[in-house]
Amino acid sequence: MSGHSTYVPKTAIGKWFEARLPVVRLLHDTAVSYPTPRNLNALWTFGGILAMMLVVQIVTGVVLAMHYAADSRVAFHSVESIMRDVNWGWLIRYLHANGASMFFIAVYVHIFRGLYYGSYKPPREILWILGVIIYLLMMAAAFMGYVLPWGQMSFWGATVITNFFTALPFVGQPIQTLLIGGFSVDNATLNRFFSLHYLLPFLIAGVVVLHVWALHVVGQNNPLGIEAKSDKDTVPFTPYATSKDVLWIVLFMIFYGWFVFYQPNFLGHPDNYIEANPLSTPAHIVPEWYFLPFYAILRAIDFNIGPIDSKLGGVLAMFGAIAVLAFLPWLDTSKVRSGRFRPIFKVAFWLFGLNALFLGFLGSVKTDDIILGAQAVVWAKLSTFYYFAYFLVILPVLGYIEKPKPLPISINDAILAKSAH
Amino acid sequence: MTAKMIRWAAAALAAGIALTASIAVAQEEAVEYPLLKPARHEWSFAGIFGRYDQAQLQRGYQVYKDVCSSCHAMKLVNFRNLADEGGPGFSEDAVKVLAATYAIEDGPNDAGEMFERPRLPSDPFPSPFPNDNAARAANGGALPPDLSLIAKARAVHRGFPWFIFDAFWPYQEQGPDYITSLLAGYQDPPEDVTVPEGTYYNPHFINGISLRMPPPIDDDVVEYADGTPQTKQQYAEDVSAFLMWAAEPHLDARKELGFKVMLYLIVFAGILYFVKRQVWRDIAH
Repeated sequence: MSGHSTYVPKTAIGKWFEARLPVVRLLHDTAVSYPTPRNLNALWTFGGILAMMLVVQIVTGVVLAMHYAADSRVAFHSVESIMRDVNWGWLIRYLHANGASMFFIAVYVHIFRGLYYGSYKPPREILWILGVIIYLLMMAAAFMGYVLPWGQMSFWGATVITNFFTALPFVGQPIQTLLIGGFSVDNATLNRFFSLHYLLPFLIAGVVVLHVWALHVVGQNNPLGIEAKSDKDTVPFTPYATSKDVLWIVLFMIFYGWFVFYQPNFLGHPDNYIEANPLSTPAHIVPEWYFLPFYAILRAIDFNIGPIDSKLGGVLAMFGAIAVLAFLPWLDTSKVRSGRFRPIFKVAFWLFGLNALFLGFLGSVKTDDIILGAQAVVWAKLSTFYYFAYFLVILPVLGYIEKPKPLPISINDAILAKSAH
Repeated sequence: MTAKMIRWAAAALAAGIALTASIAVAQEEAVEYPLLKPARHEWSFAGIFGRYDQAQLQRGYQVYKDVCSSCHAMKLVNFRNLADEGGPGFSEDAVKVLAATYAIEDGPNDAGEMFERPRLPSDPFPSPFPNDNAARAANGGALPPDLSLIAKARAVHRGFPWFIFDAFWPYQEQGPDYITSLLAGYQDPPEDVTVPEGTYYNPHFINGISLRMPPPIDDDVVEYADGTPQTKQQYAEDVSAFLMWAAEPHLDARKELGFKVMLYLIVFAGILYFVKRQVWRDIAH
């Protein structure tokens, strides 16, 4: 799809530049003439929304860093002085804190879109794996950012999560000590997390460049999951995709603004308005909402498996739940990409979506709470089982036993057939 | 074959659920605090167009000053904030006079000595105890929490499915609702309940059946100049509103700006919708 470039410099400056650094050509090929399937639906605008969110997070974050002090004695108060005394400080901080949640909402839509339409299948394996890496970096950045206000949940969340590493045999303890800069979460932890929290977004931006590059080599997938074959199947990125992207970016901003202006603390935890206190453990430590499904998987493994004790087992299951995504291009054996043409896959996929939401809910309750007549941890085990079964059993097997519906000959063909009705 | 598969899967799922249900031992459910969920109150600052009620904030400050401040600090609020826009609306002169009634240690001076001077508007509210240990010693071992952020640091979980509705039918007043219910909610313990020595039974308390804070307010303990009824309930609501302002002093500005931003975005989205339709007019998709 990358095809040959159609850019022709018209002005003298344009020609001068073109002979020295063809950056205008690069932008033209990327954002103007790039052929995009004409049948994309609104779910394909979430890439643009994510790019916007990354920029918003970096800009608000850079401004916050001008007023924030990474010292465990004053960090909490520096955040409060941003909220109270810095001009527009309350707006910038609420944009940044809620921005993290919006970033995750958008990335989950983006991931589930990829899962449904088979966007991970050849030739898009590298594109997909780069996406998994971005997601991992986002999680690290979000976790470290949540520690910076130095509230109770910041402190105890950091304590619980860094403690995961001690589950690894031999190397675990040294890794944890290195990560938190001592034997318990303290000022050294806060300082290195601040440093890394400032670094990670730029790493994300770097991987995003690779992600977009890979996208432009293989071209976009589309709801039919068949490759664009001719010019009839595509339209130029500008104005067609741009006009759609901008509309949906603004719609997403309305959703974002609703939380920033009217519900700014809805997605946070009240305990984080209490300054960190190493001597007082909160009754119920919960991670941010976007980690809840993985937290449920972690807590689901409360039994030993041979030499693997429950703690290591939980940590392995949790990281495995993310790592399995990277192998998805080879786990799904079906030749058909789009879920539209796969009747059994469709059912398994929607169950997977509901199951993920349910895992999120289970992550938010105590393990011994009674849900629908059973302990939450029992449900978590069933849900964790389905989570892995989807990737490791259902997708590999379905490719052999499922009979997909017939695929249209081309995108153009399918559109003509639709408009003929 | 497909239908058979689905039937098989459904049977397996049903078996799984049945198995789970049978494993689940009917457990004695752990007691959840608070015993009574806080009641919803009417707040002038709730909702999209909500704003603080200046008179209420002034009354709330009076309750805080006369009652709460004898045990609770409020270190993040300065006297000058009382004159800020969107706050209790004291005049700058009134704030100067008020601040000067409290002393603060300053220094060292040119002779190297610490000295006391009257507080300025830029100084914080005075704390009742010199340090946390002194505060504990004077309160039977319990530390009265700083009240600067208390209205955002306390929320009683409403649980599934309420939190979903609360996101879109905005509800951000869990803090003041909780504080009001707690302050006005002290009662005699039921006959079969004994509370630990030195604590007071309150079914609204978030962390147990009783707390060390004695009932702080009762009817007619604070004299209002504006004729507002001097009831326990009224005091509790007024001071909760004041505490919400202390925790979120820019709420008025936030909701005012929010309305403009949202209106702009909605109109802009409408225009963009027609732009998109125009662009795609001749392209079937």
